Amino acid sequence: MIPADLKYAKTHEWVKVVGDVATVGISHFAQEQLGDLTFVELPAVGDTLEQGEEFGSVESVKAASELYAPVSGEVIEVNEELEDAPEKVNESPFEEGWLLKVRISGEPDGLLDADAYATLIESEAH
Amino acid sequence: MKTIFEQSVPGREGCWPCEGLSEETFIPKELLRNEEAGLPSAGELDVVRHFTKLSQRNFGVDGNFYPLGSCTMKYNPKFTEVVGAMPGFTRLHPVLPQLQGAGRLCQGALEVIYETEQLLCEITGMNAYTLHPMAGAHGELTGVMLMAAYHRDKGNKKTKVIVPDSAHGTNPASAAIAGFEVVSIESRDGIIAPEALREVLDDEVAGMMMTCPNTLGLFEKNLPEIVAMLREVDALLYYDGANLNAIMGKMRVGDVGFDIVHLNLHKTFATPHGGGGPGSGPVGVSERVTPYLPVSRVQKLEDGQFVLDYDHPKSIGYVAPFYGNFGVFLKAYSYILRLGKTGLARATENAVLSANYMRKRLEDAFEIPYNRTCMHEFVLSAVRQAEKGVRALDIAKALLDKGHHAPTIYFPLIVKECMMIEPTETENKATLDTFVDDLVAIADMVQSDPEVIQNAPVTLPVTRLDETKAARGMELTEDLANA
Amino acid sequence: MPFVPHTPEEVREMLAVIGVDSVDDLFAEITESMRPQSFDIPEGLSEMEVLAKLEGMAAKNATDSASFLGAGFYDHYIPAAVDALTMRGEFYTAYTPYQPEASQGTLQAIFEYQTAICRLMDMDCANASVYDGGTAMYEATMMAVRKTKRRKVLISEALNPIYRVMLDSYITNLNLEVVCVPHKNGRTDIEGLKAAIDDKTAAVLVQNPNFFGSVNDFTELFNAAREKKAVSIISSYPVLQALLKTPGQMGADIAVAEGQSLGLPLSFGGPYLGIMTCTKKMVRQMPGRIVGRTEDTEGRTGYVLTLQAREQHIRRQKATSNICSNQSLCALRALVHMCALGEMGIRRAARLSIERAHLCAEKLTAIPGVEMLTDGPFGNEFAITLPVNAFEIISTLSERGFIPGFPLGRYYDDLDNGLLVACTEKTSEEQIGILAEMMRGALK
Repeated sequence: MIPADLKYAKTHEWVKVVGDVATVGISHFAQEQLGDLTFVELPAVGDTLEQGEEFGSVESVKAASELYAPVSGEVIEVNEELEDAPEKVNESPFEEGWLLKVRISGEPDGLLDADAYATLIESEAH
Repeated sequence: MKTIFEQSVPGREGCWPCEGLSEETFIPKELLRNEEAGLPSAGELDVVRHFTKLSQRNFGVDGNFYPLGSCTMKYNPKFTEVVGAMPGFTRLHPVLPQLQGAGRLCQGALEVIYETEQLLCEITGMNAYTLHPMAGAHGELTGVMLMAAYHRDKGNKKTKVIVPDSAHGTNPASAAIAGFEVVSIESRDGIIAPEALREVLDDEVAGMMMTCPNTLGLFEKNLPEIVAMLREVDALLYYDGANLNAIMGKMRVGDVGFDIVHLNLHKTFATPHGGGGPGSGPVGVSERVTPYLPVSRVQKLEDGQFVLDYDHPKSIGYVAPFYGNFGVFLKAYSYILRLGKTGLARATENAVLSANYMRKRLEDAFEIPYNRTCMHEFVLSAVRQAEKGVRALDIAKALLDKGHHAPTIYFPLIVKECMMIEPTETENKATLDTFVDDLVAIADMVQSDPEVIQNAPVTLPVTRLDETKAARGMELTEDLANA
Repeated sequence: MPFVPHTPEEVREMLAVIGVDSVDDLFAEITESMRPQSFDIPEGLSEMEVLAKLEGMAAKNATDSASFLGAGFYDHYIPAAVDALTMRGEFYTAYTPYQPEASQGTLQAIFEYQTAICRLMDMDCANASVYDGGTAMYEATMMAVRKTKRRKVLISEALNPIYRVMLDSYITNLNLEVVCVPHKNGRTDIEGLKAAIDDKTAAVLVQNPNFFGSVNDFTELFNAAREKKAVSIISSYPVLQALLKTPGQMGADIAVAEGQSLGLPLSFGGPYLGIMTCTKKMVRQMPGRIVGRTEDTEGRTGYVLTLQAREQHIRRQKATSNICSNQSLCALRALVHMCALGEMGIRRAARLSIERAHLCAEKLTAIPGVEMLTDGPFGNEFAITLPVNAFEIISTLSERGFIPGFPLGRYYDDLDNGLLVACTEKTSEEQIGILAEMMRGALK
């Protein structure tokens, strides 16, 4: 469950870049660790993100986890369906459960490819 | 079970017979509500039966062993309720002593405050107390505010508070809310090691919050060294009194160098928890922190009169509207009078004795991560049972089926599949034995038939509840729900 | 020893299982240098002796005075059913409902409390309560600060001064700016507040009826706040709220209250009840416990603590508040009180309180030199000015068993002659008559 065409942050967000627009979500591993999500808090369209900064949070019944921006740029769209249906992040973390779209400014650094991310979660799982 | 709103019948009268003039006689219509609120309309017997039935869907200390770790669920003696209901106390309006000449109308109440403070000072070795904080977490916040005031007054530039990883969640939350950065320190072999403290200690540290014994039930035996290290950087040591029941008469936190302490009177001094409050969280301080205590304070004049005293220019101000949860510390005061010097020490001794007895009796059936002499509580780990797919949560639910309240589970966070057991001194040996036997039987069942445990409870009004549905559905009142 | 059941034989058996010789051995880690320097507590008393001692102390309090004190804390009648039901051990000796299956009583009661309070205030969501009205006000302010990410707080000087000083203490270390808009002869200066709202304002805080007893409509003020994206916070008085225009109708974002008037004795300042309610869109900012309805594995209705990811035991230093407990038993008392009186009972208690206050105001202002301080509609409390210092009148009358009210000069420098007088349904017409006569005599 680690799509090869995506990039990953060490904090378990994924990024898919098309042109200058990045779609951001959290990985299958992350949603599994959190359990059934009950709430997703996202920034407003127009907010500017700085790579590595907190931009929102996800909550389950027993845990809350901050989300960190894997890229820098301006938020141009957020997944509004998550407000009523946070379970989409559990059911489809890489497709319907995407979080936001960002117009990238500057090259993100330190993102992992699928293999490196697989190694990372392997080590965290133990 | 139906809610009282579902049983409500419009037009059925409650217990209020007199009628006043219409509100519109006095207040213009545009300032009045446009429809009735929708409060229940039920007869008195309907109400009595409803709440009696509701109460029967609850465990409480009066009916069940309640070994909830860190919560000190000891027996709440009934005589304190007689004291709590005395009209001489319940009818007192709180502003009375603020009125010129009216202080004489509440001398007894002011004396209760004064005497309670004196007793708490002697029990813990502190210089002065405020009874204003209304719960443990409120005491913590007050304590951290005192810490900030002390350093501000001394011109110290302090930004950080150290909190051990075994601490209650309220500690870091209180420090953060008072404006401090929280630095976590890792426990080593279950306690704070001076070396670990050295790694995070610097001039910017305002203080450290400590629970002793800590939430693993272990005594922090490096205490003298820790105190000395904090003194070097003028940092204050804070005592979280959640576990005071383990040391009464054996150690006084003031004597060993703590500067600020909060107590949980609803734990150590047996006032009822009431399903989550009201509590009472007095804060005691050393001499150097005394000038910053909240106002008002109660002063005893030479002629024996008690008065309120506001003349403390360095005070942090008001943390409560008046003098704290008077009705709660009144009961704690009576309890201290009843037990006295020997009784308080015996409470501690027997709490520790009972905890160690249970720990020993459970050591074969469960993993005990720090299996050495504990204080008033200890932690088990259900890691062995987890290998069979049975988690601490499941074991907790199986205990409910046996008529015991469950221990605290998944806390402290540093122990996997944690179950924290605090028997208290008021439970007899037969109760402790029954609980141990039941817990061992559950551990056996995990080996033979784990599904039974995973499906518990089955004897209560409800089986396991869907918490995800609750959080997503947001049905928080009869009138609100997510579509 | 009281409340310790172990017999010497049982102690020996337990020590043998532990494998130590004496109880003292269990305390070996507390070394000599850490032992108490003193432990000078009197020896214990019997139950009878303790009760006698406390009876004696209670007798030093004079509770037979006729009192017209209010100032946010009122002596309403409490039906006997409140004590009888809430003292049941199953409620009384339970902890926070961490194990929901064994705590459905407490949980359903809190759910019903949340429902009743939301209906009374006409708001979407309530928490299971906080410590008191003042901490509710502070927590509401912090909700607004988090939500708006702004740091300026506008408050009316006609807000209960006790809450203003509490707020000052709590925010000392938080770098917030508090702007206080003066009252106008005891009326909340709505125009002044409106003019002071700007793009940096996190919240505007008002009270209804205000501290002087004056009844207001804050709809326009809250509209103005909404335009500037500031949060509207109102503190209300639960008993009168059964009649008055609601926080919901006025468009408040957060409504708080001191819940003492709902079935809690005055008890010299506590325990009281901090009521907190808000709109649905603010609920994630709300501190404290919240109960939600759900189902068990068999499809039966049940109740649990919910939205817990806001709280300190999960979020630690990032929690919405450090609050852990609520005033659960006080919330239960408030619920039983509302149920025992019912919708009609609460409305009648409110009506009668208002009627008595108006009678009292009429009689007192008939005395030469006594005038209403504040114009306009009021509820069960009103402010008057006397021709002399109010502290002295209180001192004089209290010696004769009548406490005529609260001296406004305690909090307002220019109001030394101001007296705040409150009535409830318990205030008799006879008491009002005697007060007026005494006052007339004292002012001669």
